[in-house]
Amino acid sequence: MDPTEFLRLIPPKWNGGKRGFRDLSGMVAPERKRRTLLQFLSDHFYDVKFLREFMLQKQMQKLYLDNRSFTNIQDRYGPDIAGAFFILQHGGSVKFRDREWIRSDEYKRFSAEVLKFQAVPVEAIDASGCVINYYGLDNLLPLKELRSLSLQRCPHVDDWCLSRLYPLSDSLQELLLAGCPHISERGLACLHHLQNLQRLDISDLPAVEYPGLTQILVEEMLPNCEVVGTDWAQGLRLGPEERPQNTASPIPAKPTARGSR
Amino acid sequence: MSGRQALGRRQPIAWRGGDLEVTTGQWACSSEQVADTLVVRVWGNQLSERLGSEGAMLRRFLRLGLGRSLSIREVGTHSGYSILDWDGKVSEFKKKIQSIMPGEPGDLLCDTRHLPPEHSDVVIVGGGVLGLSVAFWLKKLAKRRDAIRVLVVERDHMYSKASTGLSVGGIRQQFSLPQNVQLSLFSIDFLRNINEYLAVVDTPPLDLQFNPSGYLLLATEKGAAILETNVKMQRQEGAKISLMSPEQLQKKFPWMNMEGVALASYGLENEGWFDPWSLLQGLRRKVQSMGVLFCQGEVTRFLTSSNSMRNSSGEEVILRRIHEVHVKMDNSLEYQPVECAIVINAAGAWSGQVAELAGIGKGPPGTLQGTKLPVEPRKRFVYLWHCPQGPGLETPLVTDTNGVYFRREGLGNNYVGGRSPTEEEEPDPADLEVDHDFFQNKVWPHLAQRVPVFEALKVRSAWAGYYDYNTFDQNGVVGPHPLVVNMYFATGFSGHGLQHAPGVGRAVAEMLLEGRFQTIDMSPFLFSRFYLEEKVLEQNII
Repeated sequence: MDPTEFLRLIPPKWNGGKRGFRDLSGMVAPERKRRTLLQFLSDHFYDVKFLREFMLQKQMQKLYLDNRSFTNIQDRYGPDIAGAFFILQHGGSVKFRDREWIRSDEYKRFSAEVLKFQAVPVEAIDASGCVINYYGLDNLLPLKELRSLSLQRCPHVDDWCLSRLYPLSDSLQELLLAGCPHISERGLACLHHLQNLQRLDISDLPAVEYPGLTQILVEEMLPNCEVVGTDWAQGLRLGPEERPQNTASPIPAKPTARGSR
Repeated sequence: MSGRQALGRRQPIAWRGGDLEVTTGQWACSSEQVADTLVVRVWGNQLSERLGSEGAMLRRFLRLGLGRSLSIREVGTHSGYSILDWDGKVSEFKKKIQSIMPGEPGDLLCDTRHLPPEHSDVVIVGGGVLGLSVAFWLKKLAKRRDAIRVLVVERDHMYSKASTGLSVGGIRQQFSLPQNVQLSLFSIDFLRNINEYLAVVDTPPLDLQFNPSGYLLLATEKGAAILETNVKMQRQEGAKISLMSPEQLQKKFPWMNMEGVALASYGLENEGWFDPWSLLQGLRRKVQSMGVLFCQGEVTRFLTSSNSMRNSSGEEVILRRIHEVHVKMDNSLEYQPVECAIVINAAGAWSGQVAELAGIGKGPPGTLQGTKLPVEPRKRFVYLWHCPQGPGLETPLVTDTNGVYFRREGLGNNYVGGRSPTEEEEPDPADLEVDHDFFQNKVWPHLAQRVPVFEALKVRSAWAGYYDYNTFDQNGVVGPHPLVVNMYFATGFSGHGLQHAPGVGRAVAEMLLEGRFQTIDMSPFLFSRFYLEEKVLEQNII
């Protein structure tokens, strides 16, 4: 047993209503790590401070510029092609119905044969690792025949994006969300609109605090769906008869793989 | 530091403060072990206290090794100073030096750091989410950086009674007034992009913990027609609301009892609840980084001057102008007069009192001078209970036909809810004590009737908060006062101030900077409607 486990103070977000759910400890100022020259200068010079703010704004703007929609392609070729273009532009892959997967290479280039599939709907999209955000999903929502959507390891897909997926509820059968850092159980709660979902992957979501409990609740919410995620026994505390005999500690011991100490 | 190490020191010790110099040097000595000694040249006249620990070591070393063969020149040592208080004296001296340096507050005799500044362009009375939102948008929409000096005066630095922190935190677009829907749509956009709006360099991004679960408003036969027209209007404004019949509702939410429900409106997107405290802290952090000053104090007086003018029909009108705001400190008679150009009343539940200080409402009733600001505090209770078999993760914030509402809280089958009391049952707003009988008699029966599983629930905790209740028509007051020309209101939202705060803040900032409302037309919310008796009623008040 690691002795530091006892000393680890986890501020709980919810503790049965005793303290109220205003968690002030979440707003503690970040510790000052080794400061860079630019950080030091921005404390003393307004120009440097302004420059750093400008650089931050530019960084955020870049994400929005990357997520613009291709309106001219949409007008000319239709929403399916526009959506496919968007995904291929970001490095994902698209599968049209009865065709094979079309991918783009590492320089985000793809062949123009995509333009030939005008009457064919898009069936599956693999956008793993793409920098799509809420506004980028504009391109995917008009795809009425989408069966499978994979948003694994997308760094900017969060709860807001999940709340936007309800227009796909008629056709979406598979949704893969493994490894997205910003998705929490609050976003998973709005997946109940997707009644035709048959496979949902919610493994490895770092922002979900209690993966086992979340898995149970999502399974209850979507009874027809196979929810692939964590083992629901993860995070379960042992009962009193199974707990190792360590009466000296005030905190019950966490279950270890070795069993009794 | 041992004596041996002291011998090896050759470089000069540089000392901050600048009026001393201590150097080491060679000294011819008969003893072999001692090659160096210290020559102390003192340019100030206080050697012993300035050298601190080195001085004590120095003295020990000198006494030990070199006493007899050396003559030590210690010019001007004061025997009156003791070594015991050494570090304290040094830090005091350093503080004095720092206060003389440019850029530091220079009042050595009386400390005025807790007082507000003597001049400020805009004084915002009230530091809750509405006041901070106005401050943020004022700074953001100003054409030049630091063009406007803003001061936020907040009486309660712990926000213990402020409506923002005690709020349930919901945001919805399901209102009956188009302006309210537009305000909510803008606010949800603001919350979604909050890390672009409120980004401060070197701070972690804000997590509002938004639950996009939506609102479900239930309606009886009588209210069904109104609900339908409202939903039509909301859809026209751009909100994504769907109408559901009782059968569809029963299929979707099997735990609900459909008795008495004829129609329901369900928000599909952009509705839900979030943590208002983190929004407040995020705004506070950003607004401080933009240069807004905060002061903890109470506004006790406005110094005004009046001017008599004639209006187009020849009647005499007295216009007042606020020149100074007196801000009184806590637990003291000390106050600071702040000279200001504009005062913004964002004091929430206490806006009526602040308006009275400015002379609003002092006049014969029925005239514009005699029209008070009809905002008063109303106490509302919120209860938190646990129900083991309760509704699941997909539960929206359900609002029943009789005003009872509840929502989920967290993963552990806990629920938060309450009810707005009728006019007769209004509790006394003198304090924030919770009335548990209200839950037993007025809330629980209706909850159990709508959701049968709630027959078996256990109340875990409860709290009370204030609504800044507009007794006239339960909608906000925004914009300038017609007679007190430099007081602007941003208050009176009766329970939906939090969800409209970003939009209202922007509207007030536009009014101040441009002279009119530019993005959302808030002219129905001006003060003059109280005199003209034009009610702008909002039907969907929870």
